[in-house]
Amino acid sequence: MNNQYDMLSPEALAKIDREVAKYPADQKQSAVMAALVIAQDEKGWLSQETIAAVAAYLGMAPVAAYEVASFYNMYDLQPVGKYKLTVCTNLPCALSGGVHAADYVKEKLGIDFNETTADGKFTLKEGECMGACGDAPVMLVNNKRMCSFMLPEQIDKLLAECK
Amino acid sequence: MVEIEIDGKTLQVADGSTIIEAAHQLGVYIPHFCYHKKLSIAANCRMCLVQVEKAPKPMPACATPVTNGMKVFTHSELAVKAQKAVMEFLLINHPLDCPICDQGGECQLQDLAVGYGESASKYEEEKRVVPDKNLGPLVSTDMTRCINCTRCIRFTAEIAGFMELGQAFRGEHAEVMPFIGKTVDTELSGNLIDLCPVGALTSKPFRFSARTWELSRRKSVSPHDGLGSNLIVQTKHDRVIRVLPLENEDINECWLTDKERFSYQGLNSAERLTRPMVKQGGAWKEVDWNVALDYASHALRDVAKTHGGGAIGGLLSPHSTLEELYLAQKLLRGLGSENIDCRLRQSDFSADGKRKGTPWLGMKIADVSRLDRVLLVGSFLRKDQPLLAQRLRQSAKRGAQISVLHSADDDLLIKLTARAIASPSQLPAVLAQIVKAVCALKGVTADPALAGLTVSAEAQAIAQSLASGGTSGILLGNFAQQHAQAATLHSLGRQLASALGGGFGFLGEAANSVGGYVAKAVPTGAGLNAAAMIQSPRQAYVVLGAEPELDCADGAKALESLSKAAAVVVLTPFKSQTMLDYAAVLLPVSPFSETSGTFVNTEGRVQSFYAAAKPLGETRPAWKVLRVLGNLLGVTGFDFNSSEEVRTEALGGQPEFVSGLDNAIDSGALNLTASATGFERVADVPIHFADPLVRRAPALQQARDSAAPAARMNASMLAKLGLVEGGSVRVGGAAAVTLAAQLDTALPDGVVRVAAAHSATVALGAMAGVVSVEKA
Ligand code: SF4
Ligand code: FES
Ligand code: FES
Repeated sequence: MNNQYDMLSPEALAKIDREVAKYPADQKQSAVMAALVIAQDEKGWLSQETIAAVAAYLGMAPVAAYEVASFYNMYDLQPVGKYKLTVCTNLPCALSGGVHAADYVKEKLGIDFNETTADGKFTLKEGECMGACGDAPVMLVNNKRMCSFMLPEQIDKLLAECK
Repeated sequence: MVEIEIDGKTLQVADGSTIIEAAHQLGVYIPHFCYHKKLSIAANCRMCLVQVEKAPKPMPACATPVTNGMKVFTHSELAVKAQKAVMEFLLINHPLDCPICDQGGECQLQDLAVGYGESASKYEEEKRVVPDKNLGPLVSTDMTRCINCTRCIRFTAEIAGFMELGQAFRGEHAEVMPFIGKTVDTELSGNLIDLCPVGALTSKPFRFSARTWELSRRKSVSPHDGLGSNLIVQTKHDRVIRVLPLENEDINECWLTDKERFSYQGLNSAERLTRPMVKQGGAWKEVDWNVALDYASHALRDVAKTHGGGAIGGLLSPHSTLEELYLAQKLLRGLGSENIDCRLRQSDFSADGKRKGTPWLGMKIADVSRLDRVLLVGSFLRKDQPLLAQRLRQSAKRGAQISVLHSADDDLLIKLTARAIASPSQLPAVLAQIVKAVCALKGVTADPALAGLTVSAEAQAIAQSLASGGTSGILLGNFAQQHAQAATLHSLGRQLASALGGGFGFLGEAANSVGGYVAKAVPTGAGLNAAAMIQSPRQAYVVLGAEPELDCADGAKALESLSKAAAVVVLTPFKSQTMLDYAAVLLPVSPFSETSGTFVNTEGRVQSFYAAAKPLGETRPAWKVLRVLGNLLGVTGFDFNSSEEVRTEALGGQPEFVSGLDNAIDSGALNLTASATGFERVADVPIHFADPLVRRAPALQQARDSAAPAARMNASMLAKLGLVEGGSVRVGGAAAVTLAAQLDTALPDGVVRVAAAHSATVALGAMAGVVSVEKA
């Protein structure tokens, strides 16, 4: 019989194993956040099936994995474009141009928050404080790359880089 | 013990107690939502804030452990201010729909809002709206009312054993929901309705049918499995429209299974028989009681006269009351018949005549929770006795080791230590191996019949767990009791328990499985048992409360014998087409809710109850009908004025527990030879098909547990037959039926699992035995 987690590649499962090894053997589910990141990196986003697969692999209830996946906004429960741009709009950023940065990106790309450009290239998200308020306005590219002081010129440069 | 003071009163409480527990001990009420004594502490509603001396801020009583000398003020100005502030927050988003909310009148939020809420809200912004979820046919949702106390989530994870609900999203977007697209399928789901402190989770079948304060309530006892859960039966205009648990820590705690909670719908089924009916010249007629009783008594007297009393057989449902069973056997014996049985699904009766007493659980239900080592033999525990499964689930969490020997490996949602899964014919041999291994570990001399056995690794693992200490219990489930070698399993189980110095018992299948023995509703001497009176057809049958085609071990044969009989007298709350085909007279008798009576549960506890509603139409309590029949037939000793008098005669008094409980048998030589060629049938009795009442409860019939029976096999068996899941299979027993193939990886080789007690599989015949299986 096919295992429920067959949809994840052996490489991804091996990476998850490495995370699981950091916790006591009977607490595999402690690795759920890392496992969801690994699964999302592989699949692009976290579909219901992907979340269920991660849960099955860690021996936890799917809804428990879903609680985690839906809690943090760096997990994507919907497909995203090739580049996911997350603009911080929490208070310190908002006071230092975060909202303007977001408005500028919206205008440039012709999309609103939680939308993807027609060519599937960009998705715009509204983010929570990234702990870099001093660098406001800040943006995050594909959950991994942090960009500081995102004034219009910087944004133009960033968008041009994203091919 | 520590000494603390609550509201100026000093008391001693156990170390590690919380303030709320200490307060309950004192009878002081602290308002709360998320706290529940059977669930883990979440401390997320903050309603229970109290003032603790020297603490700088109010403390949650449900999560604050007591310390020596602690002074708690539950109603001080600070405490009440904090409680009111929490209430204000809780009400910010709560809709004001109490007038149309089923929880109204029994809502914790409503009650506490009266005590702590303000009459107006300062909040002027938009309230949040949460989409409803489909949790299945039993639990209705109005999620906007949810206060996110997470009781429901903790219930599924901790009590029901699988987290079917969770809290997704965050902050003001947080929503309680099942995993995307799933429903809540636990057999205990109805308890969510009781647990939810607001009207977010309510009963779907009860929805909008009454305001709770209009209902009359009566205590009662569940007529389903052997536990005899305590019920509160609620009626409106003499119709049962709701059933709730009556807390009894020794039996059902504060829970009910869905079967017990929702089977009441069957009481109002369109199939209720409401007038006596007789068949005259092949046509059915509704008649008056005296005509029907005359007819029935004549029919029985004629058969007894011409063919002797032995030509009459009595098939009595073990879900009948003690009084009904007692009078039915007395009537049959008065007619000269010893063919009386209530063990309808049993197939091996070789222990009859060798038993020392009434077979029972062998311990108190509450003691099951105290066992440290348990072996479940042949039990679909989670569906057959769900609340016992719940107890063992908690035991496993505190470190008890639970092992299983069975022919299927359904997930019990209990952490198992060891398991052995074998085909039915192999079960005795594997159990014998476990006995042998335990004897070796314990240094006890084993039965010489076991000498030649090789102990398998699985058996050894189970033996090791059992022998590793603590109090042990060997429990034989319904499947073991229905097994073709039930008596062998019985002897072996006892040998095992005695080698371990532990307990041994049977899990009661029906409300009166023990009561049936007490009421003498079993044959003695040369009397025919349930299987024999079907195998060698009788001239006449008395059927009490059963539908033999669904409730007997061999339904097909039962139907055949009933159809051939000259007269079948049926005392039943329901009528069915099948019944109209074989019966000569149908007497409408009360279901449990419309009669007084007694169930003796699996631990031997005598539980009597009164009628909760008036009998429907011309229905009469069966004990009264049997009394009149006894009088008409001139049987002596039928002058009872009340069901209590019947009970006193049956029990010889008014004991709390019946006497004569004893699982000992004189076992002869053990017979461990297994002979099975071809596919062996493993038949479970699906939870919502086990008795006539639950079969007629529409909401339960839509639950996932009520899916149509399939032919379940493991992957290699499917491959061997060239089958794919969902494909058609012909299963041939007495006759062949075509079913959908279903993969069940846990089944052993050579086994096909086909549920019993279902119209789709009746034709197959015997529950236990060999069947043919082929691609259709
Ligand atoms: S649905 Fe009811 S029990 Fe569940 S979290 Fe909401 S209020 Fe609590
Ligand atoms: S508010 Fe934007 S990084 Fe902190
Ligand atoms: S009852 Fe204590 S926080 Fe909810």
